[in-house]
Amino acid sequence: MSTDQNILVKLNDAGLQLNNKWLVKGVSLQVEKGEIVTLIGPNGSGKSTTAKIALGIYKKIDGSVEKYTNKVGYVPQKISIDWTLPLRVNDFMMLTESLNKDTIDEALSLTGVIHLKDKNLGDLSGGEFQRVLLARAISKKPDLLVLDEPVQGVDFTGEIALYELIKKISDELSCGILLISHDLHTVMSATDHVVCLNGHVCCSGSPMDVAKNNEYKALFGEQASQILSRYEHKHDHIHTDEGEIKKN
Amino acid sequence: MFDDFFIRALVAGIGVAFVTGPLGCFVIWRRLSYFGDTLAHSALLGVTLAFTMEFNIAISVFVISSIIALILIQLQKKTNLPGDALLGLLAHSSLAVGLVVVGFLTFIRFDIMGLLFGDILAVSVDDLLIIWIGGALILLVLKLIWKPLFASTVNYELAEAEGLNPDRAKAIFTILMAAIIAISIKMVGLLLITGMLIIPAAMARNLSSSPQSMVIYSTIGGLLSVIIGLFTSLEFNTSSGPSIITAALLLFILSLFKIKQTIKLKN
Repeated sequence: MSTDQNILVKLNDAGLQLNNKWLVKGVSLQVEKGEIVTLIGPNGSGKSTTAKIALGIYKKIDGSVEKYTNKVGYVPQKISIDWTLPLRVNDFMMLTESLNKDTIDEALSLTGVIHLKDKNLGDLSGGEFQRVLLARAISKKPDLLVLDEPVQGVDFTGEIALYELIKKISDELSCGILLISHDLHTVMSATDHVVCLNGHVCCSGSPMDVAKNNEYKALFGEQASQILSRYEHKHDHIHTDEGEIKKN
Repeated sequence: MFDDFFIRALVAGIGVAFVTGPLGCFVIWRRLSYFGDTLAHSALLGVTLAFTMEFNIAISVFVISSIIALILIQLQKKTNLPGDALLGLLAHSSLAVGLVVVGFLTFIRFDIMGLLFGDILAVSVDDLLIIWIGGALILLVLKLIWKPLFASTVNYELAEAEGLNPDRAKAIFTILMAAIIAISIKMVGLLLITGMLIIPAAMARNLSSSPQSMVIYSTIGGLLSVIIGLFTSLEFNTSSGPSIITAALLLFILSLFKIKQTIKLKN
């Protein structure tokens, strides 16, 4: 199949057990080029764990991961950086790959933090740091972006702008994005494929498929489901291929 | 030129400082001070082994320190003891075993003070070769693993996720630690090697705002410490190790004035 060449990462029945407790079990999903796959689910449902499995951070997993690219950009949900390190934003941008000045400046401008370039990383606010993290991940022009709640702590207007940016990046670089988000509005506006987790995959499909799913309603409540249908009403022009996993 | 013992000591010390500068920064960043201490303590065992088997000291120390590092990694995996307890266990038991073995070696004249605190009279032309060639190799390898090692020091998961193989970099760095201890033992002495690694780097932290500048300041600090320390050692007939470390301490104290200024500016 021709689409197989577009697959960036594929999880086959993957799971992780820690101290005899399953963090997440039986997850199968794949991210293709130019596609945004979003993981949703309540706290502790294994979203971040699934992302880390896809990234190959965990070694002893059940099932298997097939990763077809090494050009990966990652924005972790939690990041503990030792502030005793003398590290400016500019140094941090080049952490995993040496980039030229223009590339760094461009990425920092896109996320609106170019003015912080020479600041010490420890002096940034939570939202500023989050923007730097996102800039670092996109500056490498990766094939696969894994974004674990990339806009946490970012102000409201910034949040919308950053989600628009993520969408734009996915189109321009035609990279695949694995996104974890709590914001159902955003999820439904930009996502091609939604995977709803609750320790296992409770349902998956296009945003509308998931919204109609009974398990999803049970997990998130009737209201969340209404958010989606209202959304469908307002913005149905975006989803021309209703029910299709891939967009055109 | 190398006939004069003092010139030999100076050339050896400068060689050591070039390597401890960058390596010391990683020791501070990765919080490995006590790990370095443990390896250094185990070096005594390596030295006694070298004497018994009439083998090169640096190579013997390198082998024993690497073995101790491997044992430590295994113990960390297999026991529930905290890291510092394991480090203490290995440091003191290997030092004790080393001293017991020294007790048996009555047939060899043994300068235990020189071993513990360094002895500039003991540096031979062979030692110079080991320090400069070994040191150049250490720096070369450090340069090769710099990216993954530094990235995983900042954040392990980012480095792993973005394909840098931090575990391999960490293992190689452990070997580099054993190597620097092996080549600097005659100069600084096994009780003070960690001081040579961390004090110039700690001083550099006070002066720098980026990792690169910290490495440069740390190397300069190490070089100054060696030069000042060795001249003091010559002048006042003190052991070379303590003299170098005391000079490093003075530089560290001076660097504190610089921090005070920046803190004042912030307020």
